[in-house]
Amino acid sequence: MSQIKPLHMAEPAIPDIAVSVMDVSKNYGSVEALKNLSLEFPRGELTSLLGPSGCGKTTLLKIIAGLLPATAGKIEVNGVAVEGPGDDRAFVFQDFALLPWATVLRNVAFGLELRGVAKAEREDRANTYIKNVGLEGFEQSYPHELSGGMRQRVGLARALSVDSQVLLLDEPFSAVDEQNRRKFQEDMLELVATEQKTFIFVTHSIEEAVYVSDQIAILLPRPSRVSEVIRPTGFRHKDVANIRRDTEYLDIVDRIWSSLRNYVE
Amino acid sequence: MYLFGRRLPNMSSLIFWGLLWEVVGRLGISFFIPPLSEIFITLFEIIGTPAVLKALGETSYAFLMGVFYAIFIGIPVGILMGQNRLIDELLLPWVNIFLSAPLTALVPVLMVLFGFGMTSIIITTTLFAIWIIILNSRAGVKQINRSLVEMARSFGASPFDAFFKIYFWAALPEIIGGVRIGLIRAVKGVIIGQLLISVVGFGALFELYSSNFLMAHFWAVLVLLFALAFTLAECLGWLEKRVSYYASSR
Ligand SMILES: Nc1ncnc2c1ncn2[C@@H]1O[C@H](COP(=O)(O)OP(=O)(O)OP(=O)(O)O)[C@@H](O)[C@H]1O
Ligand SMILES: [Mg+2]
Repeated sequence: MSQIKPLHMAEPAIPDIAVSVMDVSKNYGSVEALKNLSLEFPRGELTSLLGPSGCGKTTLLKIIAGLLPATAGKIEVNGVAVEGPGDDRAFVFQDFALLPWATVLRNVAFGLELRGVAKAEREDRANTYIKNVGLEGFEQSYPHELSGGMRQRVGLARALSVDSQVLLLDEPFSAVDEQNRRKFQEDMLELVATEQKTFIFVTHSIEEAVYVSDQIAILLPRPSRVSEVIRPTGFRHKDVANIRRDTEYLDIVDRIWSSLRNYVE
Repeated sequence: MYLFGRRLPNMSSLIFWGLLWEVVGRLGISFFIPPLSEIFITLFEIIGTPAVLKALGETSYAFLMGVFYAIFIGIPVGILMGQNRLIDELLLPWVNIFLSAPLTALVPVLMVLFGFGMTSIIITTTLFAIWIIILNSRAGVKQINRSLVEMARSFGASPFDAFFKIYFWAALPEIIGGVRIGLIRAVKGVIIGQLLISVVGFGALFELYSSNFLMAHFWAVLVLLFALAFTLAECLGWLEKRVSYYASSR
């Protein structure tokens, strides 16, 4: 049986919260993007933000990143209030945000460069993560010489190499083709298992969210709140190849679709 | 250009115009137009003389100083305008006015303010070059990919880092384009400045030659200046081609 429950009944059995969003509102002029949104992100898990287009997923992610100020409310990372960007969070961008004039090596090391790590050390660490994401041999290539999937691997390696506890990913695979996307999803599961990090993952795809997430937060259209939080439990330990055939997986996908279909015109 | 079915090298039409000049000069229609051959002979006679070398030295000095200020003030100001709405709104009208203004008319004002010499010439040169450099740097920053800026901020970039590691490089192709046009304008500026403030450099030479009716000398110096300006523009065009591959790969 799937364990689906609304947020206000969320179990206090998961004590360790890496990021908590408390009553956050955000207005763009007269547009209310977020209204009194509260959500908690357990440490070491991957939480997806899922919702109709324009409901404020990017906005929420940027507020957590400290790139945008909230109009009201509070964000805490490890119990410390967020006032701007910080070493404890790293961002992966939908459009990759790579420096076109720099090699893969410098791009991956760029986060460390900005954080003041010495050249030899940061290139050492960058090389490790370039290998980890499967880009060995492309260290001296420029972004325009890579495919979309490879570019996003660079973006991912850059975010991983700064070794932040929280990783914020805004639709990281939406500009990547379907086959690469599936590979990425499998890699994400492995990353969540091996890196001791908290992942906050924005996606449009219900299947993707259910496939990779420990917890899925469904957002409603503007002004956005969390309508429910779903925690798939039954198939997490299964082999990645069998998840898509699991009945709980299929149930949850169906259930999310039936609650979101009202908002799709 | 083709002649008798054969393709002639670029600019060979110059030979025709040169011959025409020679003929007109030999006919002695006006003392103002000496034969072209005489002009070139004069050019080679005077090119090594202390007077011309001094004029060349002074001109290069004024040019380099003027360009130096135009670049090192123009690029940062342009980038700041692109980054910051308030600075942009304060300065943009002025930049646009000065870009199209007849700057020659300002030279007498500069002479009053900065005296009758090198300082005024350098400032004239800077004034000719700087506006297009500012505008192009600004345009380069305006087209920057916003997420690059956010990326830098999210990794904790200081404004200083963002300026030198993101904005400058992102705007570089436009900046180089602006510097190229700026340098060509600076050539005009340095010559016009010298002509109006005719105590140093080529301005002084022109004054000397024309008041003594040394027309061949006068023309020789003019040919020299045209050749220098043309060579500089060609070199810059070549340099710009070498960096433009990078603009297209952004
Ligand atoms: N800079 C801005 N100025 C004004 N309104 C904005 C701005 N950024 C976002 N919005 C509005 O806020 C709402 C939420 O935007 P946001 O980009 O967070 O949505 P999203 O959930 O990420 O959408 P998508 O799924 O299409 O990426 C949208 O209605 C958008 O029009
Ligand atoms: Mg978005």
